[in-house]
Amino acid sequence: MATTVRRRKGAPTKRAGNGRPPARRPLAKAPTGIPGLDEITNGGLPRGRPTLVCGGAGCGKTLLAMEFLVRGALEYDEPGVFMSFEETTDDLVENAQSLGFDLRRLSARRRLLLDYVHLERDKLAESGEYDLEGLFIRLGHAIETIHAKRVVLDTIELLFSGLSDTLLVRAELARLFRWLKTKRVTAIVTGERDGEHLTRHSLEEYVSDCVILLDQRVMDQSATRRLRILKYRGSAHGGNEMPFLIDDHGVSVLPITSLGLAHQASSAHLSTGVAGLDAMFGKKGFFRGNSVLVSGTAGTGKSSLASHFAEAACRRGERCLYFAFEESASQISRNMGSIGIDLEPWARRDLLRVHAQRPTALGLEAHLVAMHRLIEDWKPRVVVVDPVTNMIAVGSETEVKAMLARLIDFMKLRQITALFTSLTEGGGAAERTDLGVSSLMDVWMLLGNREANGERNRTIQIVKARGMAHSNQVREFVMTDRGVMLLDISRRADGSVAIGSARDAQERQTPAGDPKARRRG
Amino acid sequence: MPKSGKRLPATRRRAAVGEMKNGARRTWRLRLYVAGQTPKSITALANLKRLCESHLAGRYRLEVVDLVKQPHLARRDDIVVIPTLVRQLPPPIRQIIGDLSNVERVLVGLDVRPRDDEE
Repeated sequence: MATTVRRRKGAPTKRAGNGRPPARRPLAKAPTGIPGLDEITNGGLPRGRPTLVCGGAGCGKTLLAMEFLVRGALEYDEPGVFMSFEETTDDLVENAQSLGFDLRRLSARRRLLLDYVHLERDKLAESGEYDLEGLFIRLGHAIETIHAKRVVLDTIELLFSGLSDTLLVRAELARLFRWLKTKRVTAIVTGERDGEHLTRHSLEEYVSDCVILLDQRVMDQSATRRLRILKYRGSAHGGNEMPFLIDDHGVSVLPITSLGLAHQASSAHLSTGVAGLDAMFGKKGFFRGNSVLVSGTAGTGKSSLASHFAEAACRRGERCLYFAFEESASQISRNMGSIGIDLEPWARRDLLRVHAQRPTALGLEAHLVAMHRLIEDWKPRVVVVDPVTNMIAVGSETEVKAMLARLIDFMKLRQITALFTSLTEGGGAAERTDLGVSSLMDVWMLLGNREANGERNRTIQIVKARGMAHSNQVREFVMTDRGVMLLDISRRADGSVAIGSARDAQERQTPAGDPKARRRG
Repeated sequence: MPKSGKRLPATRRRAAVGEMKNGARRTWRLRLYVAGQTPKSITALANLKRLCESHLAGRYRLEVVDLVKQPHLARRDDIVVIPTLVRQLPPPIRQIIGDLSNVERVLVGLDVRPRDDEE
């Protein structure tokens, strides 16, 4: 072995010439290519260092690790070695196929090297001292063979069940993790979660840079997967649990975008689609990129307002994507036709797409991913979600809120103006939205039905509108065959606002009121 | 050198075993995996040679594989631990890991010592 100069963890000098630690540099990162994961880690896994991915059986460790290698090989020109202690190479190939990854092809092109390490205690007799140098040589040779930049060890803890000398295995693992760093490979080491412990044999003690925890649990009869970054040295990271998904595209971690507030605020205006309503926003409407909440009890006209907004977008020649969680596309079209909003021509010209789906058809994560994909693919300028409340059917309130926050952020970054309708339960406080999502919104309009004197009258008010002058009045509106029309305010002598029949009576008493202003479109 | 591939009827086979007991026909093919001249590797080789000479003189073939020189063999032969001794013959294939300092275990692992109660 004369030619092999093995550097015994040559204590990488962390100190600069002046004896002080070097100035903080942003940690070099290796992008995983997994949608969402790179966002929440601000760019990927620590480059040239091992990351521990732990979780219970069937939580998706192996697939996540495999995708890290496949994407590395395909998208970042970083070949990878997958050393499996659990699954045979045939099993790995087969499982990866379900995600659309062709491991055989990658192996043939020397972008990937699969190695199955088979260690069985009953076939092994132990006599005297040993070490794991064979593993080091084997892995080192694999890395050199394909010039690997990435390595996965899945799951190395099985060494403990294969060998009786636990102390030795621990010492060798510590050596292995140091050695991996000298090889400058970005590595994922997986470990099985064991009750309270992150990993059965405390692998987390060796991995100081990044620890990711995966979890799968059943909530409301649907399995949901969660990912959490427990530790990421030298890097900001969200410590929250993030939902993730494994489908035929591979792994997606939500949010697909991070929750930053770095989006550009636009000062361009967009019409609400209702002239009277634009007037309430200082004649201009919303800002582009705003997220707008329209809440109200059943039958207050939320979908009608949403349709006006959608139609206005199409009139401007902008694409509008309409997520309908309650009605089919044809039902919306028919209903809106009855109040004079004709959506058909816009659908034919492909300026309007209605995506109708029952929320319960998919899990919450799957929904978000589907919405992201549709938006990403078609690139609409305006999005309607009607109603967002139906999302509650598939998740808890906090989950929905978190999900919504991510969706809003995602759209804001793309300067997409979004309108969400929200169904409020009758009887509760009028201004209480069941989601508690109003804080995420730039504009909040509240629709209501005032029941008095044997009639119901529709009202609209602007609860908030960030950065915009807006009317503080509660306005009455009617549904006509030309859509939503806002009515002028009619005050009684005592200053109170009269609506419905009371308005008519009031106006008969004071004919001085300007009749031209009575009906503004 | 016996034709190991030849299958014999049960009665004849027992007879053959009897023959082997006196050491006339049974041979051992052994392969020891080491990684350079490390103390454990040197110890293992020394232990193995001593043991073979005292128990299997003239009836064994020993091959030493240095994985530092032939690293690709680690994957081909599924080696993780160093030193690893592989008994390729007589079948079945068995692995003994360690510096082979526990002679008793090596002998059992190699199936060298016929038990007295065996026929």
